[in-house]
Amino acid sequence: MAWYIVRRFLQLIPVFLGATLLVYFLVFSLPGDATAAICGERGCTPAVVAGLREQYNLDQPFWIQYLLYLKGVLTFDLGTNFSGRPIATIIAEVFPTTAKLAVMALVIEAVFGIVFGLIAGLRKGRLFDSSVLVLSLIVIAVPIFVLGFLMQFLIGVKLQWTNPTVSGDATFTELLLPAVVLGLVSFAYVLRLTRTSIIENVNADYVRTATAKGVSRRRVVVVHVLRNSLIPVVTFLGADLGALMGGAIVTEGIFNVNGVGNTLYRAVLNGDGPMVVSIVTFLILIFCLANLLVDLLYAWLDPRIRYA
Amino acid sequence: MSHSTSNARAAARSGMPQPLLELRDLAITFSTSNGDVPAVRNAHLTVMPGETVAIVGESGSGKSTTALAAIGLLPANGRVSNGSIIFDGEDITSASEKRIIELRGSSIGMVPQDPMSNLNPVWKIGFQVRETLKANGLPSGPQDVAKVLSEAGLPDAESRANQYPHEFSGGMRQRALIAIGLSCRPRLLIADEPTSALDVTVQRQILDHLDTMTEELGTAVLLITHDLGLAAERAHKVIVMYKGQVVEAGPALELLTNPRHPYTQKLVASAPSIASRRIESAKRAGIETEDLLAPASAKSASPDKVIEVEDLTKVFKIRGNWGKSTEFTAVDKVSFSIARGTTTAVVGESGSGKSTVAKMVLGLEGATSGSIRFDGVDITTLGRKEMFDFRRRVQPIFQDPYGSLDPMYNIYRTIEEPLRVHGVGDAKSREKKVRELLDQVALPSAMMQRFPNELSGGQRQRVAIARALALDPEVVICDEAVSALDVLVQAQILNLLADLQSDLGLSYLFITHDLAVVRQIADSVAVMEKGRLVEQGTTDEVFDNPKTAYTQALLAAIPGAGLVLPPEVA
Repeated sequence: MAWYIVRRFLQLIPVFLGATLLVYFLVFSLPGDATAAICGERGCTPAVVAGLREQYNLDQPFWIQYLLYLKGVLTFDLGTNFSGRPIATIIAEVFPTTAKLAVMALVIEAVFGIVFGLIAGLRKGRLFDSSVLVLSLIVIAVPIFVLGFLMQFLIGVKLQWTNPTVSGDATFTELLLPAVVLGLVSFAYVLRLTRTSIIENVNADYVRTATAKGVSRRRVVVVHVLRNSLIPVVTFLGADLGALMGGAIVTEGIFNVNGVGNTLYRAVLNGDGPMVVSIVTFLILIFCLANLLVDLLYAWLDPRIRYA
Repeated sequence: MSHSTSNARAAARSGMPQPLLELRDLAITFSTSNGDVPAVRNAHLTVMPGETVAIVGESGSGKSTTALAAIGLLPANGRVSNGSIIFDGEDITSASEKRIIELRGSSIGMVPQDPMSNLNPVWKIGFQVRETLKANGLPSGPQDVAKVLSEAGLPDAESRANQYPHEFSGGMRQRALIAIGLSCRPRLLIADEPTSALDVTVQRQILDHLDTMTEELGTAVLLITHDLGLAAERAHKVIVMYKGQVVEAGPALELLTNPRHPYTQKLVASAPSIASRRIESAKRAGIETEDLLAPASAKSASPDKVIEVEDLTKVFKIRGNWGKSTEFTAVDKVSFSIARGTTTAVVGESGSGKSTVAKMVLGLEGATSGSIRFDGVDITTLGRKEMFDFRRRVQPIFQDPYGSLDPMYNIYRTIEEPLRVHGVGDAKSREKKVRELLDQVALPSAMMQRFPNELSGGQRQRVAIARALALDPEVVICDEAVSALDVLVQAQILNLLADLQSDLGLSYLFITHDLAVVRQIADSVAVMEKGRLVEQGTTDEVFDNPKTAYTQALLAAIPGAGLVLPPEVA
């Protein structure tokens, strides 16, 4: 097991190199001059432009730029963005908000998805099951920005239960509404996945055997049906955690959350190469770690899986 | 409750033995999308305390359904539509869920059919035993769990309890399930095909152990099986079910010697274990076995060898911790040959390497060393194109007719596919060929448009045979081709294979764990144990005069082998 984890960490190295190279190349290939974004509409003098080019190594060929960037990363120096702020500081500033939002969304979708899926699966074909299925279909079908604006308008503006947008502090109550919106689509998937898995397992031979042992219905469902059914659900949730940590550009935009998604979006608009590459790389690493966590959780849930 | 126990006491006082379980005119109905389907009708049976009663029948006969109804384990769409279930004087037909849960485990235990699927894969064995003890209010410390497991014959129970089901062999899992079934000392044990998924030698050990335990504890057993030989050997009383009805019931031996219902007569005649007795007794009477067996085997055979296997070895690398790997020799220097037009059987328990041999002969698995000569050419040296041609001449039939047919292909497409892949003929001639093939395996050509899920197990295996024959192969490799089938269907398929052999001059390599089947079809036998060939010879030599202890044990383990039948039955 220890060897497995070490190997997985070693695998991060090629992933890291490949990802940074690709993103760096994409940003490098963007049309337009990056210095133009820094200088704004009035423009800079040629001397200033040349200075900026030198400062950000823009005068170097692609490979040199990339290697210089790698050197910076390996010495824990992510450099500065085009506004001159250290990138590491910016990430440290916005990531906690996104992480908080992501974890809240994950908890919401997991708890509600699994509970509703469990009940629907146990009552297959009955009223609860059918209505929940229709509901989940609607949630999956309607685009997230429609759901987002709709809930912002109804709950934030009309009912005024909460602030329609999130302030700089990003408190728990403020984040609740965006978290619900963010978790809504995955909630529908978790629900359907759980339901299918429960239906499959509830007729398994070992469930019948457990019943024959004289174990109560409640215990049979929790101990024998639910745990086995959660294995595929956990895989989905883990992958989703990685995606949520990457920041939801749309949701963060609607609710004005100062998170990773919003920051990345602004960096792309500004053609802020170092910023984009650093954030994307950071997100890729988070995604890989989330996947590793899922795989370990998987082995814990299903002892038949052995990593060596 | 008190009322029923007083009934029981009254019965005991009056000296009349009170049945432990009584099913009176039981009818069970399943509601499906096509309306109600009766699964069991007018089932009547009694089990006395301490008695072993066997229900025999083919799959779909309602034998499991009947038994499961007794502890309220019918599937969600099934219900008791008539009659009553009386356990120890108490009518439990419509007892409350709470009462049924009380009875389960402590009064009525169950040992299910398939040890592979009946233990929850994500919980340790000990946990699953402890859960049973706890649910029935018995002490459930680690030593209690270990005691229950070791009673069921599980060695080293204390440390074994900390293992997961997938770390157990099939036989060990079945012991764990028996431990669970008997852990709360039930008065009745329902054993639903408790050993049909196991190798014969393991089967024998498990059944012997079950016998001893239930005898010591005075437990009554309701044994469900499709094997008449096994039922006759183990039970005091046998009940034969057919299409949801009890067609015959009586003491075991009486039923075997004097079957009255036509279905029972058919069952007695084709039970493989009893069929092999028939052969032996016929032999004593001086009749040549060939006359009784597959009519074609070896008659038109020319003596040349179609397949020669020499020193065949397969070593698997097993990945261990920290990147180390260990070697496991699955097949160790195996040599045998198949004469053209005859059947060679490779016999052994699971793990003996017999299926690996089949895969290598089919060219699906590379050999580590040794040679496989097909018509004099070593197939281990063939290139891609020669391999493709070779596949045309050697075709497989696999065990699981459910798993080996593509559910998305209709029957026509399934059988036609090999012809298309090998570019044989045009669309029209291929359709003609498919019709011929269906005819050969005795399936109506109307079946071409059906899908595998609409067919019975026997029909699917016929389709698999037709598919294998599509390319006019010279050799057919049957990997446990009949072991998933009921005895009657099994007999039909074996006859079909024998007929096809005589018509088409096919050679068979028959991989099986079932010696009774070998006796019926094979000309020569090779016995494998732990990757090595321990004995080979003609079927008669091996059966009449087994040389190694292993072969002797395999032969002795055939259910029903110990039965002594009067010659006129046999």
